Order: sequence, then C-alpha cells, then structure tokens
Amino acid sequence: MNPIVPSRRDFLKGAAAAAAAGVVPMSFVKLAFADPAQDFTFAYISDAHIQHISGTKFVRNWDRGLIRAVAETNLLTPKPDFVMFGGDLGQLGMKEELDHGAEIMSKLRYKTHYVMGEHDYYLDLGEYWSKLFGPHWYSFDHKGVHFVVLNSVLTYDDWTYNKWPSAQERMLQMAGLDNPNGSPFMVGEKQRAWLKADLDKVAKTTPVVVFSHSPLQKLYKGWNFWTEDAEEVQAILKPFDKVNVIYGHVHQIQYNQIGNISFNAVMATAWPWPYPNSYAQAQHTMPVLTVPMNRADPFFERDATGWQFIDVHTGRVALKYNLYNNTARTVAWNPATGKPEDTVFQDPAKRIPPQVHY
Amino acid sequence: MKRTLFGLLVAAGLAATVALAADATTAKPPLGLPPVPIPADNLQTPEKVALGDKLFDDKRFSATGQVACATCHDSKKAFTDSPLRTSEGIAKAGKKLTGTRNAPTVVNAAYFDVQFWDGRSPSLEDQSQHPFVNPVEMGLKDHQPILKIVRSDPAYVKAFEQVFGKKGAQVTMKEVQQAIAAFERTKVAGDSPFDRYFYGGDSKALTDAQKRGFDLYVNKGRCVSCHRIEQTQALFTDNRFHNVGVGINDIQKDVPELAGAFLQAKATVAEVDVKVLGDKRTSELGRFAISRDFEGLGAFKTPTLRNVAVTSPYMHDGSLKTLKDVVVHYNNGGVTKEGDPVNDFLSGGIRPLNLTEQEIDDLVSFMEALTSPEYASLPSAARLEVKP
Repeated sequence: MNPIVPSRRDFLKGAAAAAAAGVVPMSFVKLAFADPAQDFTFAYISDAHIQHISGTKFVRNWDRGLIRAVAETNLLTPKPDFVMFGGDLGQLGMKEELDHGAEIMSKLRYKTHYVMGEHDYYLDLGEYWSKLFGPHWYSFDHKGVHFVVLNSVLTYDDWTYNKWPSAQERMLQMAGLDNPNGSPFMVGEKQRAWLKADLDKVAKTTPVVVFSHSPLQKLYKGWNFWTEDAEEVQAILKPFDKVNVIYGHVHQIQYNQIGNISFNAVMATAWPWPYPNSYAQAQHTMPVLTVPMNRADPFFERDATGWQFIDVHTGRVALKYNLYNNTARTVAWNPATGKPEDTVFQDPAKRIPPQVHY
Repeated sequence: MKRTLFGLLVAAGLAATVALAADATTAKPPLGLPPVPIPADNLQTPEKVALGDKLFDDKRFSATGQVACATCHDSKKAFTDSPLRTSEGIAKAGKKLTGTRNAPTVVNAAYFDVQFWDGRSPSLEDQSQHPFVNPVEMGLKDHQPILKIVRSDPAYVKAFEQVFGKKGAQVTMKEVQQAIAAFERTKVAGDSPFDRYFYGGDSKALTDAQKRGFDLYVNKGRCVSCHRIEQTQALFTDNRFHNVGVGINDIQKDVPELAGAFLQAKATVAEVDVKVLGDKRTSELGRFAISRDFEGLGAFKTPTLRNVAVTSPYMHDGSLKTLKDVVVHYNNGGVTKEGDPVNDFLSGGIRPLNLTEQEIDDLVSFMEALTSPEYASLPSAARLEVKP
C-alpha cells in the first residue's frame, strides 16, 4: 500500500503515457525530460504538536506520531536529499516541548530544515526555537531549485506586544480555533521586503519552492487556514515560471493552483483536521472539495495522520502521502490541466468509502 | 420473531454459497459462527473430508517419516502443539529443528481471509503445500515423494479416484491440497459459554467475572476493535495485521538493515516461507515480508480468540506463556516488561490501558469463556507448564 521505494519510475511512466496520448504539448515533454539528473526527493514531516504534561511526561499519541514518521523516513530508499519539518513541533511553545521534539527529530539521518509554526512561536516569539533551529526565515539552493522558508505566522504588532498580560496567555489565545480574540497570520512587511530582495537574485526560470506554516492563500479565517497578506506574497512570486508553495498547519491533503503558483498541504503526524466550510465574510480561494478525507477510525490513533516524501521533477513537486491505515496518495503536477491533482482518487470508484462507527 | 428471521437468512445464505443440501459436513454452523466459506471449485464431500483427514495425519510426507501436519496441529491439543513455543519439525542429528513461529490452531482457520501469521498464503488450499517443503518443518526437497505415495498406496489410489475421479499422474498436489483444505474446513467450533450468553440468550452461561471481563473486552480493554464480535457472529479477528510490540521489540536496531536486505532480495512467497521460519530476526519483520510497506513492519495477523484458553503459549512467536501475560503486555501499551522501549512502528491502536489487577483477571476469565464444548476437557492455559 505504502511503498518504501518511491516510484519515480511510475511518475515518469505516467508522463510518458500522457504524452503518447497526445495530451501534453511536445515542448513540455522535452522540458520535463531535459535533465532527469536534476530530479531529487526530500521528505516532509509536519505538525507534531509535542505536548508537555509534567516532568518527563509528554502526550504519548503525539510522541508516537513523530517517532514513527522519523523511523519510516530513515528507511526511505533511495535516500531523500534532506528533510523538511513544517512547523508546530511543540504545542505551547515550551522549552520542554521543543527540546523533546528536537530529540526525536535528532534520530533522522538527514540534514533537516525547520519551518516556524504558531505553536512554536507565540510563547517567546521564537527565541528558544531559534536557538535550536536557526533563523525564522531563510533560503537555500539545491540542485537547481531555490527553496525559501518563511515565517508566515506573524500577526499585528499590537496583538503580539500589547494585548496580553502574559506570554502564556498570548500562546493560548493563538492556539484557539474560532477564537474571536485571535488574530490572522501574516508574513509581514519586513519579511516581504526580504523575500523580494532574496528572489531578485534568482532567475525567473529557476523553479522556486516556498515552505510556510500557514497556507499563503486565504482558505478559512476562523482556523487561520489563512495568511492575511497572501496576495502581496503571491505577487512577489508571480514573475517566476514554476512556483510551489508547501504548507502545514491544516493537517490534511489540500491542493490548489492560483495563477503560476501550485499549493500543496502536508499531513500532520499528530491529528487530522476536517475540511472547513468556506468563509463567507470575504472573498476566499478555498478549492472545491472533490475528494473528502476518509473518516478517521478513532481506535487507530495514527489513522488520518501521515507524512510525505516529495519528488522534485524538473521543478514541479509530486507529493506522495504515506497515510496510516489508508492507501497511499499522490498529488502531482498534472501537465494536462496545469495544476496539482490527485488523479487516481478523482475516480469515485477508486475512493475509499467513509467508515461508519456505531 | 427476530431469531426466526435470522435463521431464515442464514439458511438462505447457505443455499446461495454452494449447493450444500446433501452435505453433512456443512450443516448449520455452531452458535456464534457464520457458515464456513467454501470455494466453488472445492466443494465439501464426506469422502473428500475423510481423505483430507488421512493426508493430514500421514507422517510419510516428511523427510524423516516422523512429521505429519497433525504433529504441530494435534487434534488432542485443539489442533496446536501446545505447550511448545515454536513448532518442532524434522530431526537432524537427533535434534528436532524448530521454526520461529507458534503453531496456530486449525480450528476456525477456515474463516480467515488469508493464512499464516503474516498472511502470505491466500487460502487453506495454498497454505497446505508449504510446510511439506519447509526445511525446518517437514523437510522434503519437493512434493514428488508425496505424489509417489498417493499415486501408489492402494488406499490413496482408491480414495482419490472416488473423490476426484483421478488416478495415476492425474493426481497432483492440487487434489492433495484440496482434500486437506476440505478436512480443515470441518474443524469449526463455536457454542462456547460466551456464545450461549450473547447469541443464545442464556444469562447464566457466564460467571460474574466473565461478564465483567466482557464489558472490559468491548470498552476499557479495547480488545474488540481487532478481535471482533458482531451482532450475529464472532470471528474474534479483523483479518488485518497489527504491530502489537511482540518480536519486533527485540530487533529494533536491525530493522533498517533487515528491511533493506529484504526489499533488495525480491523474494518469492516460497522463499519467504523458508526465510521467515528459518531466521528469527527476519521472522520479526512480519507482514512486511509480504506487503513490503511501512504498515507491515512487525505486524502479524489478528488471531481468533476462540479456544484460546487451551492453546497456550501465545503471540506469533509463542513468547507469552499465559493469557494473563498477554493482557499485561497490552496493558503496558505494547511492551511485555513495563518501562521497556516501545517500538517505533507500533500499531496506532495499541496504548496503555490502565487496567487494575482485578480487571486483568476479569479479562482472562472472559477469554476462558471462549472454549467450545469439544475442547473444554483440555487443560486450560493457567494450569499448563510451558517449556522454556
């Protein structure tokens, strides 16, 4: 069900078959096969929500999710070039949680890059996280792809600095869903300026992959499936031929295409969130739900959680989701439609019927 | 009224499965069990079942002439080799070879979707061919010695002709396997005190401790999620594979090496059969040897719990001596000794249960209520001395 050997060959086979059927313009196929040596894989683990109880006690379920993802990632063949962690390593930003999470992550045998999540940030505004994992936003290049990591969970200064009597209170407020006292996530002016300057040095033909914790698109404000300055960030990314945004936070598979930007969400190792209703208060870009998630079996704590490995194939990402108690899924760039798609599960006959519990 | 309706449904189901009217061996299933699934190309007949029984007991089908199917699946031990931890096959230099896995009972095996602890065989027919040629079980190099016997022994010649209408070279392993499978399909047993309580409406069939145990079984103990009980029947299995922290706990450091080697080897099912029974470390990869996916690592098939009290020791490797040991293992959240490290690939359903001593005992009592009348005289696990 969930192959350990990533089947890049299958992906190529699919592309070749599509070309034979005459769906894909030949120029694209040529481009796709221009330099297969540039293809590579990385793994993506996200939203572990390691939660401290007291002393050396942590919530077992969240621990096990991260431990398992790390152990499985270590078994990947061929080995991924690196691992991304997509944010929310801790639950309430505590030193104990970040330390414990970092300890579990240290078992990984690969270079690992981290993204900041709101659960990591709002206790001490990322200070301890930074000691462990480095700068809040940064970029790096790998095999011809430019990778950017953003801290997209910032918000208005007034909310952050003036509103709350304590750091703990601020953290708890930001952790709440549908919270009228909450505040929308944003990348912010300072970081946008950095992003622009960083990308100015990059050729427009270079594939760009942006990692953020929140979606960089406006999906559902009540749960902060939302980035307040998403349009401004998208505008900075617009001049590039191939842009992929990969985000955590939503604990589910989502994919969308806005202009030149492909959006892909990753699974959490902790717990699943449902697909939110679309937000009616303002214009939103919530994609139409075409394939509902299989309802999680509450007995199997890992059900509806997972992690993913990602093929980067000449600048387009294909996310392969390793889903516990479920069939693995792939969301890949579909050259025929020009957007990321899970082509297999669009067919109603191939879907897993939702489970019913009594 | 409800019961009558149910009876009619069962009868209709039977008639639809296969033409069973003249078949004495597949009469109404015992209380608590559904009709036995019978493949359309291997219908039950009394003669075929009798032939299968004879084949099952024949020690000549082994390299030493000392091991039959019945050696490890002994009818006097509820079709297991209790109290052995792992099965003993042919002897070499005076010493019996042992495999890596505990002999599962044949009783109610007919209800499993797949056979063997790792499900590497799709049917009873297919399963029956493997132990003959496994080096640590019956040790034949190939199936030729069996065919030689069944084609020449007058009793077999007569029986195969009568059952299958075949003789000489027409008799192949297919017929041998079909007859053995047909025999195994008659070994079904329900009608336990639990069945009489839950399906038979006899409120006195269980003791108070067993009733408390039943409540724990479906609630706090979380047992029923895998060892399923349904409204009309109970197979006590979900026919799935789970890593419950047995065996794999001992080879955690070796998993990358072992799993990697296995993926490279691209072994066939026959090779897997030899490898997993011959090598303890490889055996602990469990379902992975077949599924080759993460989900299968250290996972084994959920066994039925029917007659579990008389088939000790427990788990795929026979590593737990008593039912109490098993409950304690689950109570610890997938480790036999409290505080030992949990394996990375533990099934998400396994977590500490916080059962009290009393509750653990009650659960054991409940499992002792799952013994069918035909095996009720066997010593229960609590009284057995298990060989180390």
